[in-house]
Amino acid sequence: MLKLFKIAVRNLTRYKRRTLLTSSLIAIGVMFVLVFVAASGSFKYIMIGQITDSMLGHIQVHKRGYVASIDSLPLTLNLSEKAEKKLEKTLGEILEIEAFSPRIKFGGMFSNFIETTNIRVNGVYPEKEIATVPLFLSRIKQGEKSIKEGEILIPELLATGLKVKVRDTVVVIATNRDGSVNGKQFVIGGIIESVTGPGGRDGYMHIKDAMEVLRMDEMEVSEVAIRLKDFSKLNAVSNRLDEMLSKELNTQGKQVFDVRTWEKLSPFYNVARMIDVMTFFIKLMLIAIVLVSIMNVMIMAVFERIREIGTISAIGTKPKKILSLFLIEGFFLGVFGAAVGNILAIGLVFLINLVNISFNFGRQSGLVLSPSLSAGDILWISAIVIIVSVVAALQPAFKASRMEPVDALRHI
Amino acid sequence: MSLINAKNLTKVYTLGEIKVEALKSVSFEIEPASFISFIGPSGSGKTTLLNLIGCLDKPTSGTLKVAEVNTSELTRKEAASFRGENLGFIFQDFNLIPVLTVYENVEYPLLIVQNVPSEERKNRVISLLKTVGMMDQKDKYPDQISGGQKQRVAVARALVTNPRLVLADEPTANLDSKTAFMVIDIMRQMKEEFGVTFIFSTHDPKIVREVETVYTLQDGMLIGRTQGMGGRHA
Repeated sequence: MLKLFKIAVRNLTRYKRRTLLTSSLIAIGVMFVLVFVAASGSFKYIMIGQITDSMLGHIQVHKRGYVASIDSLPLTLNLSEKAEKKLEKTLGEILEIEAFSPRIKFGGMFSNFIETTNIRVNGVYPEKEIATVPLFLSRIKQGEKSIKEGEILIPELLATGLKVKVRDTVVVIATNRDGSVNGKQFVIGGIIESVTGPGGRDGYMHIKDAMEVLRMDEMEVSEVAIRLKDFSKLNAVSNRLDEMLSKELNTQGKQVFDVRTWEKLSPFYNVARMIDVMTFFIKLMLIAIVLVSIMNVMIMAVFERIREIGTISAIGTKPKKILSLFLIEGFFLGVFGAAVGNILAIGLVFLINLVNISFNFGRQSGLVLSPSLSAGDILWISAIVIIVSVVAALQPAFKASRMEPVDALRHI
Repeated sequence: MSLINAKNLTKVYTLGEIKVEALKSVSFEIEPASFISFIGPSGSGKTTLLNLIGCLDKPTSGTLKVAEVNTSELTRKEAASFRGENLGFIFQDFNLIPVLTVYENVEYPLLIVQNVPSEERKNRVISLLKTVGMMDQKDKYPDQISGGQKQRVAVARALVTNPRLVLADEPTANLDSKTAFMVIDIMRQMKEEFGVTFIFSTHDPKIVREVETVYTLQDGMLIGRTQGMGGRHA
């Protein structure tokens, strides 16, 4: 077998220019695919990180039915204190969970005493919220980076529209669960940057203030946002949590809790999916490039070596060995192209990181593209290229192995 | 027991709608350790006959036994194995593998076809390279040696597997007289030393003079069998 490898390598070096051109084509294809995978992956994970770490969390738990009506922020579909306690106990049992943050979400009126507009507010425990969505504080563009009782953080679009600034006094009025209306005066503690996605233009206040505005005697939460220690375990933890909470039934025998990952809550998931689909099609293009170039080279190789095939066949080389010889040549072309492509891709990714390419996403600016290549990506792409190379060599190799020696020897 | 037994061998080629009868009911027997030549003008069927004996092609009708094996019944794989074990080939254009050195070309059948162990392989290759006088050129590639040297390497390659029969199609056609005689001498020496049967297809009077028996073909028919000078010398 080693001898066949040796002969295959020598056959490839016999036509140096052609081998080099084909390998270069494969190498460039591999390089572009890997760089695209790295850059699009970086973009995707920056975006996912922005969304989950700024407001959404990795997983959210609501009362069943709440998400379907989430636009109206129904107070009637809040989790009761008892349910919330059970939920907290369950969350405490899952070691993969780093932090969680209960939130009261409600819609109300926001007034600067001259003008009034509507506002969506999250009542949160500041420490828990910051632990769950660690980028939250970085969104506070003006004012102190904290959420204090008696203060409200408002989105910058609202501040601009109503011409209010930090330390101004405003009023928030909301309809309570029983239908009565209540208002409370707040000081603007800070102005927060809006981000793309659900909840990206919400205001924030301390959860105790939210309870006061809504005249809640007992804690009722609209949602609990959860942060995981390891984002890659998202689906595993989500499934486990769902399974644990599925035992909690209401008086009608239906499940109380509704567990959703960020993917089911944010429209950005579709963008992320689109990136995955694009990556898939780019990989398909690479496969086509490899397939066509290797097949072309191997067909040429077989055509040019018909007499040689006749000779080795005449002296007793079995068809299987002739097949192997050409498959090995295809294999080596793939290996060489993939290896050079990998080296080029690693170099290019290193350069991109060196140059610090920044971009804007929605209202966020200055996000730095930091592509990285995982060993998995490199191995996966290389394996595809090598397998496709062998598959592409299969038809010409099969043709060579099936050649009648008498016809091959007669070939001029 | 004859090495080759051909009875009523016929080979018909179909070229579009035209049928060409390349061999017409040819019968003969060849004993082991013979030095034989098939002669005849172009198109007489010499190469076709050699292809049939070499299991490179199958007769349209008739039977052909080589080393007691009915070769027309062999599958492609069996035919390849049979060629590898029993036959050696020498071609007019030498047909050495260009990416292999002289040594590797001779070694090829032992390594790829017969899987002979390393030490034995080395001994056999070196011994034959010495016999054909190519030991000092063993690391050269075919494009670095002359035509005569190439044919000597081809002879070594054909003999390295210890075949019972070597088929040589116009082996001296591309060689000058001196080199041609040298190659014929080597083959005769191999025949005498190892009892290998050589069958030539040739126009070359140098070979005709050296072989033991000459079969004459014309228009696909065997029209004569004469003793060559080689036979009288033997």
